[in-house]
Amino acid sequence: MKSKSSAAILAAGVAVFAIATASAQQGPIKIGHMTTTSGPQAVIGIDMVDAFKLALKHSGDTVAGRKVEVIWGDDQAKPDVGRQVADKMLESDRVHMMTGIIFSNVLLASVKPVLDAGAFYISSNAGPSQLAGRQCHPNFFGVAFQNDNNFEGLGQHMREKGFKKVYFLAPNYPAGKDMASGYKRYYKDGLAAEVYTSFGQLDYSAEIAQVRAAKPDAVVIFYPGGMGINFVKQYAQAGMMSQIPLFTGAGTVDQTTLPAIGDAAIGMYTGALWSEFLDNAANKRFVEDFEKEYKRIPSGFASASYDTARAILAALNSIGGKVEDKDAFRKAMANVKFEAVRGNFKFNKNQFPIQDYYLVQIEKDAKGRTVAGFRGTIMKDLADAYGSDCKMPPLK
Amino acid sequence: MSASLFIEQMLNGIQFGVMLFLISAGLTLVFGIMNLINLAHGALFMLGAFLATAFIKWTNNYLLAAVLAMVITAFVGYVLELLVLRRFYSRSHLDQVLVTFGLILVFNDIVRLIWGVVPVQFRLPQAFAGSINLFGDVQYPTFRLLILAVGLLVALGLYYVVVHTRIGMWIRAGASNRPMASALGVDVGLIFSLVFAAGAALAGLAGLMTGSISSVQVGMGDPVLILALVVTVIGGIGSIRGAFVAALMIGIVDTFGRVLLPPALGSMVIFMLMAVILAWRPKGLFPVHA
Amino acid sequence: MPETQPNAGNATGTLLRGAWPAIVCIALLALVPTLSAMFDNPFLIRLFTRVLIFAIVAVALNFVLGFGGLVSMMHAGLFGVGAYVVAILAVHDFDGAPLWIFPGTSNLAITIPLAIVVTALVALLSGAVSLRTSGAYFIMITLAFNQMLYYFFVALQKYGGEDGQQILASLSFAGFDITKRVTFYYVSLAVLVAVMLLFWRLVNSRFGIILRATAQNERRVVALGVSPLRYKLAAFVISGAITGLAGGLWAAGQQFVSPADLSWIRAADFVVMAVLGGMTRVWGAVLGAVVIVLLEALLPNYTQYWQMPFGLIVILIVVYLQGGLAGLFVRDRPTGAH
Repeated sequence: MKSKSSAAILAAGVAVFAIATASAQQGPIKIGHMTTTSGPQAVIGIDMVDAFKLALKHSGDTVAGRKVEVIWGDDQAKPDVGRQVADKMLESDRVHMMTGIIFSNVLLASVKPVLDAGAFYISSNAGPSQLAGRQCHPNFFGVAFQNDNNFEGLGQHMREKGFKKVYFLAPNYPAGKDMASGYKRYYKDGLAAEVYTSFGQLDYSAEIAQVRAAKPDAVVIFYPGGMGINFVKQYAQAGMMSQIPLFTGAGTVDQTTLPAIGDAAIGMYTGALWSEFLDNAANKRFVEDFEKEYKRIPSGFASASYDTARAILAALNSIGGKVEDKDAFRKAMANVKFEAVRGNFKFNKNQFPIQDYYLVQIEKDAKGRTVAGFRGTIMKDLADAYGSDCKMPPLK
Repeated sequence: MSASLFIEQMLNGIQFGVMLFLISAGLTLVFGIMNLINLAHGALFMLGAFLATAFIKWTNNYLLAAVLAMVITAFVGYVLELLVLRRFYSRSHLDQVLVTFGLILVFNDIVRLIWGVVPVQFRLPQAFAGSINLFGDVQYPTFRLLILAVGLLVALGLYYVVVHTRIGMWIRAGASNRPMASALGVDVGLIFSLVFAAGAALAGLAGLMTGSISSVQVGMGDPVLILALVVTVIGGIGSIRGAFVAALMIGIVDTFGRVLLPPALGSMVIFMLMAVILAWRPKGLFPVHA
Repeated sequence: MPETQPNAGNATGTLLRGAWPAIVCIALLALVPTLSAMFDNPFLIRLFTRVLIFAIVAVALNFVLGFGGLVSMMHAGLFGVGAYVVAILAVHDFDGAPLWIFPGTSNLAITIPLAIVVTALVALLSGAVSLRTSGAYFIMITLAFNQMLYYFFVALQKYGGEDGQQILASLSFAGFDITKRVTFYYVSLAVLVAVMLLFWRLVNSRFGIILRATAQNERRVVALGVSPLRYKLAAFVISGAITGLAGGLWAAGQQFVSPADLSWIRAADFVVMAVLGGMTRVWGAVLGAVVIVLLEALLPNYTQYWQMPFGLIVILIVVYLQGGLAGLFVRDRPTGAH
């Protein structure tokens, strides 16, 4: 009797376990989306969240008949908070993959637990050189860019246009130096001056006076967020726009800052990895629906986030939603085919993108809004410079 | 550095200093008279900038918008004093810091709920949008000259009101001996409310002046707050004159520090200056109760 | 005002009566790994490890803040110094390159004491300058030192600069692996308990009495022929050393350090923990750390606008609970300290 009842319990236990496993198989695909949604940098994070949501909406929140669930998190732009949120998503929410981080320092702090746990990290923004080179990892994909990419095309363009004496300014943090090295890699001639200012600086009058005195042919800046607004406004107010042309790569003067800079930026040329006027069906749908849904023009950050979501969904779709089969998902990601809103896109060996680089110019559109008018393609099939340092193990 | 560049940088330093004075004037006024550390000063600064952008859009008149923004910021300050901060005059500085720190968080989210996370545009009047030729080939932004003028006016005005008028006398009486002032028929409660509102108006003014050359966005008051505290403390808490001298000093040192020193040191220079000054004069340059 | 001071030697009864919330709190914290296993949620341990380490700093900070009247805004800086000592030595161990003439090491039995010593030295030098000032001036001069330390580590490109430094070497304590999640949790808890006992003894010793008297009325202490500066400096150094210890633990637990660990916002967080917890008790700061860390971790799960409720909670506690959270459990006696 006794042995019979314990056998029954055992059987019941096995049954429960079997049901639990089965339901885990059919449970939703879980994506942890952690970005900065509080504090002054929230403008970028919110754009990325909105674009990600839009991509999911376009696919009906399902892929291959399986529900996709996103767990949203806020890293507050602090590395240790990012790491904690990553731990929570991995261990408490049991996500299959993570995405969304803006800042390289947050990414570098948070990515280790993700990769150690055997989960995937699909970057929709930050692309530090370490992860593209020596520390590349089979479970890490950078959909957006390797940081240097943002300024590489600009460097080539300005070399071709014959600017001889170029003055470069950026905040004093690693991404600032990445952008400078990206610029120099294709500009080749070396910069007349390379100035690093403290992060979050309010007033640039001293730097602008130095620029004026140095009489360069052109000024190139990398100032994301509020810093960019401060610099461009102050540069224009000092009457410098008409004297020395101001250039920037991707990610400084865009729809996260243009509404605040306003007319001061009109006429400015900037490099870009995407433009709202790119002529492809996916981009038209993205821009149109984004404007309808959120009543504003998406930024480059939003476009990369949208592409990231679509790449993930396309890869999942090609393997029938079986995200648990990690080797299959890895392979599907590496060879993913989808119509990227930025145009040409494929992954390099180091799982960072090979993509085109564009030139845009700030102008007014028919509705009187400041937008980035498309001016042409500067570079085709731009890949980052760190791939050769990456010893990626072959796909299984 | 050529002579004309040196003069231009000196001007930049003085202008930055005057802007710092504008930012810290309200803080040091409230700190000195009511002995209240008001971290929400940074929040009122942000509110002033956002209100000004809204009113400029609405009225298309910069001056009117500035006045409206200051009046409303003053009113918000008045209500804040009445509802919350009044109870904190007798509490420790630490409690004041904590409660006003909580207020910063609340204000940041309120502004975000109203205006969203995307930084907003601050339109300058045409007359001040460009720059003028000062000397040689030095172009100087017209609006920065306006900041210089407004800052100097505020400094003179505050000095005059506090030292030479009856209101100033009441304020000083209320600050140094509250029961005595009450006994003499001064309504100390009302005076304090008004001083706090005036401090808020100054924060709003600083916000709308700074907002026109920098980014108007949620949290813009937080980094500025640190600068304002540094100015207040170096000058000697509560001393308007001290704040003015300290602000100019920091403006000039920071400007030249940024240009001449490597970036890591350049970021530190303000704090090194503060540590050295406080080590030398532990109550600031112009101690109020010496 | 009579000093009703329980004798530290035979006050076990008083200790238990006055400190029951502390004992309950520690007991609950000790249950975390069990609960985490029960609910199959290993993240709980990580979250509470953060609570424990921040609690150590908050208790150490409160020693100078609550009992010495010194509002230090440089404890994040000191915390970071401790963390970087452990991290830098581990990096040199991993790379095999000596640091100047010293070989690197991943042995926490060496690096943690070293972290304590180095942080104590930094606290001694900065304290000697800062303590010339008082009140709000002290807050600001310690903030200045915090910013200098922050920018110092930002400038250290060799150890990652702003990006921070990953610790790739496997850390151990004299050969024992203590970085396993549950082990590390209990180690941190044990350190917290030891630190609380240390400060409880200190607060109730002659040293603590003079320190508290200095905070209340410095002139009276001077009149007694005691030099308050030496006591304040000693307290500041002890508090700093323990903060360095917490920083070392932090580096070992996270295996990652960055200048963000030294940001002035972190320094303010520590002050908020100590004050909200209740400054007149050694254990008050533990409550503060629990509440602040949990609020910060949980609120963002519900709304993007989480800073507003967070701010409102801080305001309400300051307005209505003058003794901090500790005041919820025990009545305050102005001169008593537990």
